[in-house]
Amino acid sequence: MATTTLEPRAGSYHRSWVLDWLTTVDHKKIGILYIVNSFLFFFAAGFLALLIRSELAVPGVQFLDQNTYNQAFTMHGTIMIFLFVVPVLAGFGNYIVPLQLGAPDMAFPRINALSFWLLPLGGLLIFSGYLFGGAAAEGWTGYAPLTSDRFSPGVGTDLWIIGLALVGTASIMGAINFIATIFKMRAPGMTLMRMPIFVWTILVTATLILLATPVLTAGLIALFIDRNYGGSFFDPAVGGNPILWQHIFWFFGHPEVYIVILPAMGVVSEILPVFSRKPLFGYKAFVFATVAIGLLSFSVWAHHMFTTGTVFLPFFSFMTALIAIPTGIKMFNWLGTLWRGKLILATPMLFSLGFLSMFLIGGISGVMLASPPIDFHVQDTYFVVAHLHYVFFGGSVFGVFAATYYWFPKMTGRKLNEPLGKIHFWIHFIGFNLAFFPMHQLGLSGMPRRIGDYSPDAGWTILNMVSTVGAFMIAVSIIPFLINVVATLINGEPAGDDPWEGNTLEWATTSPPPPHNFDRLPPIHSERPLFFLTHGHGHAVERPEDLVEEEIVDEKPGDVERRPKDLV
Amino acid sequence: MSTRTMQAHPSGEHEAAAAVAHGQSGMPMALVGMLLFIASEVMFFGGLFATYFNARAGFAGTWGPPEGGHIDLPLAAVLTAILVASSFTMQFGVWAIRRGDTGKLKLWTGITLGLGVLFLAGQLYDYTELGFGLSDGVFSTVFYTLTGFHGAHVFGGAIGLTVVLARALRGQFSRRNHVAVEAVSMYWHFVDVVWIALFLIIYFLQ
Repeated sequence: MATTTLEPRAGSYHRSWVLDWLTTVDHKKIGILYIVNSFLFFFAAGFLALLIRSELAVPGVQFLDQNTYNQAFTMHGTIMIFLFVVPVLAGFGNYIVPLQLGAPDMAFPRINALSFWLLPLGGLLIFSGYLFGGAAAEGWTGYAPLTSDRFSPGVGTDLWIIGLALVGTASIMGAINFIATIFKMRAPGMTLMRMPIFVWTILVTATLILLATPVLTAGLIALFIDRNYGGSFFDPAVGGNPILWQHIFWFFGHPEVYIVILPAMGVVSEILPVFSRKPLFGYKAFVFATVAIGLLSFSVWAHHMFTTGTVFLPFFSFMTALIAIPTGIKMFNWLGTLWRGKLILATPMLFSLGFLSMFLIGGISGVMLASPPIDFHVQDTYFVVAHLHYVFFGGSVFGVFAATYYWFPKMTGRKLNEPLGKIHFWIHFIGFNLAFFPMHQLGLSGMPRRIGDYSPDAGWTILNMVSTVGAFMIAVSIIPFLINVVATLINGEPAGDDPWEGNTLEWATTSPPPPHNFDRLPPIHSERPLFFLTHGHGHAVERPEDLVEEEIVDEKPGDVERRPKDLV
Repeated sequence: MSTRTMQAHPSGEHEAAAAVAHGQSGMPMALVGMLLFIASEVMFFGGLFATYFNARAGFAGTWGPPEGGHIDLPLAAVLTAILVASSFTMQFGVWAIRRGDTGKLKLWTGITLGLGVLFLAGQLYDYTELGFGLSDGVFSTVFYTLTGFHGAHVFGGAIGLTVVLARALRGQFSRRNHVAVEAVSMYWHFVDVVWIALFLIIYFLQ
C-alpha cells in the first residue's frame, strides 16, 4: 500500500499554487487547511455571538425577532463546536502528530484529504439554511419534539441534520486515521509511553470520536426519517419517545465534551514544560488520567438529563463526580510542572496559564452541576451557559490560541510578534471573564438560556450589559491577532528550527518541515528526545555521539522514567 | 526487539526511511483501518439497536407489526441461511488466496457476490409482501430502519466484493499481496454478524 512517499513529489512537475492546495494529501498542508477553515467558521459563529450579545445588552426586542434569535444561537453553538473547536484541534493534530511521532505522513493521506474536504461542505450545508427560509433554530442540542416536522417545518433543520452527519463522518474518518497513524507509524524507539502527551490526548480523543460519533449519526438518521418519511422514533403519539433523542444525543455529546477538551489539555501539557524549562510532572499519571477520562466519559451522559425524571440520579451523579479525580490529577500535573520552574511568560505560555485558571473555574461549576439538587435549580439557566463557555472557550479556545502561537513558527518559519500577542491575550482574557463570569450570577438569579428578551424588572440588565461589553472585547482582541498573523507572514522574525527549545520531534526538523518531514531522526529514549539530544541525558556528556552510544549500551526497559533532575 | 537493532545505526540517528519500514511490520495498515471502521460501524448499529429496544421497552400494547401487516419468518430464515452461507464462501476465497490459488479466489468471491445479491433481492421482495410501511407506527419505523440500513451495508459490501472480483479477474492478487480481499472479507463477516443479531432480535426475542 502506497500510504507514504519519501520522495518529495512537489517540484517534479509544475502545479499551480491553488491546485496544489486543493489536491494536497500532505498532512501538513491538510492541517493548515483544517486550521484556516476552522478559523473562518470561528469568525462567522463569533459574529452570530455578537448579534446575540447585542440583542441581550438591554431588555426589549432590538433588532432580532425571536425566530432569528433562535437561529442565531443554534448556528452559533453548532458551528462553534462542530466546525471550529473540534476541527481546529484536529488540524493541529494533523500537522503535529506525525511530526511528533517521527513519521513521514498520516496513515491514510487520501482519506485525510477527504475528511478535511467534507468539513467545509458540511458547514456550508448547515449555514445554507439561511438561504432556504431560515436555518435550524432548535439549539445545538436539537431536542425532540422541537425538531419534529410539526414544530420545525423548514428545510433548515434537514440541512442541519445532513451537514452534521457529513461533519460527523469526516471526523470518524479522521479518527481512524489518527489511531492507525499512532499505532503504526511511530518512529523506532517511540514506544507508547514515550509518546508526547499531545499525541496521547489525540489518541484518546480519536477513540472517543470513533465510538461516540456513529451513535449521533444513528440519531440524526432517525430524526431525518421522522421528519421526512413519517417515522415515529421520537413521536410519542405513535409509540415513539422524545427522551430517546436526549439519550442518543448525550451518549455522543458527553464524550464530545472531552473530544473538545482533551487535545487542548494536550497542547497545554506540551507548552507548560517547555516554558517552565522542566519535564511534565507525572507523565504516566497524566497518561492514565487521560485514558480514565476517556473511559468515564461513556458513563455520564445522563447528567444532562437529570430533570427529565427518567434517569437514575445517584449513578450518573456519582460517575460524573468521579471525572473530577483524573481531571484533578491533571491539575496537579500542570501545577507540579510550573512549581519552581524557570517560567518564561511568552504568549503561548500566557494562553496556557489562561487555560489552567479558566478551565479550573469551568471544572468547579461542572462539579456543582453534577449534583442533582443544584442542577435541578440551574438547569437551562445562564449558569449552564457560563459553565460550558468556561470549559469550551476558557478551556479549549485558550488551548487553540496557545497552540497557534506555539506552533506558528514551525508551520511558517516565522515567529508571531510577542508584544502584539500579549495585547491579544490580555484583551482576550479580560473580555472573556467580563462576558462569561456574570452569567453565573444571571443563571443563579433565574435567567433562562435561549431567550431573546427579558423584563427590565428582572434585575438582569446590568450584568447583561457587562457581558455584552466583554463579548465585544473578545472580538476586539482578535484584531491584534489577525494583524499579527498577516504582518508575521509578510515580514516576521525568522524562527529557526527550534525557537522555544522544545522537547519533541517536531522541533528536530526545519521550519516549515520538508514534504517528507525528516531527513534524520534523533534517537528516542524518552518522551523528550529533542531535549536529550541538545542537553544530554542527566549526566555529563561531552558530545552527542557519546550520549547515543552509551544509551544504546545501558538502556533498560524502565528508561523512560529517568529524568534529568540535576538539570532542572 | 527489531526496533532495538534499528536504533544501533552507526551515527546514532535513524534514516527516516526506517520509520516507514517500522510501520509496515505487523498487521497491514489497510486492515487496521478496516478494523477501526468496523468498530465505528458497531457503534452505529449499537445506536440503531438502542432505538429498537427503547421503542420496545416503552411500547404500551402488543409489540409487533401493525394491523393488517405481518413479518415473514420463513423468508427471513432463508435469507439468513443465504447470508451466513455467503460468509463461509467468502472465507473459502480468503483461504484460497492465502494458498495462492487465484482460480478458487475468483470462484468463491463470485459465489459470495451472487449470494449477497440474492439476499438483497430477497429482502426487497420481503418488503413488498409485508403489508405495512415505515410510517405505520414505531415498530414499522424501527423495523424498516434497522433492516434497511443493514441492507444498505450489504449493498456496500457487495460493491466491495465487485471490486475484489474485478481485481481478481485482472490477476492483481497473490499469496503475498491480497490485503483488499482480507479487508472486504472482514467487512462482509461483520455485516453477516449484524444480520444474525437483527434476525434474532426482530423475529425471536419475545
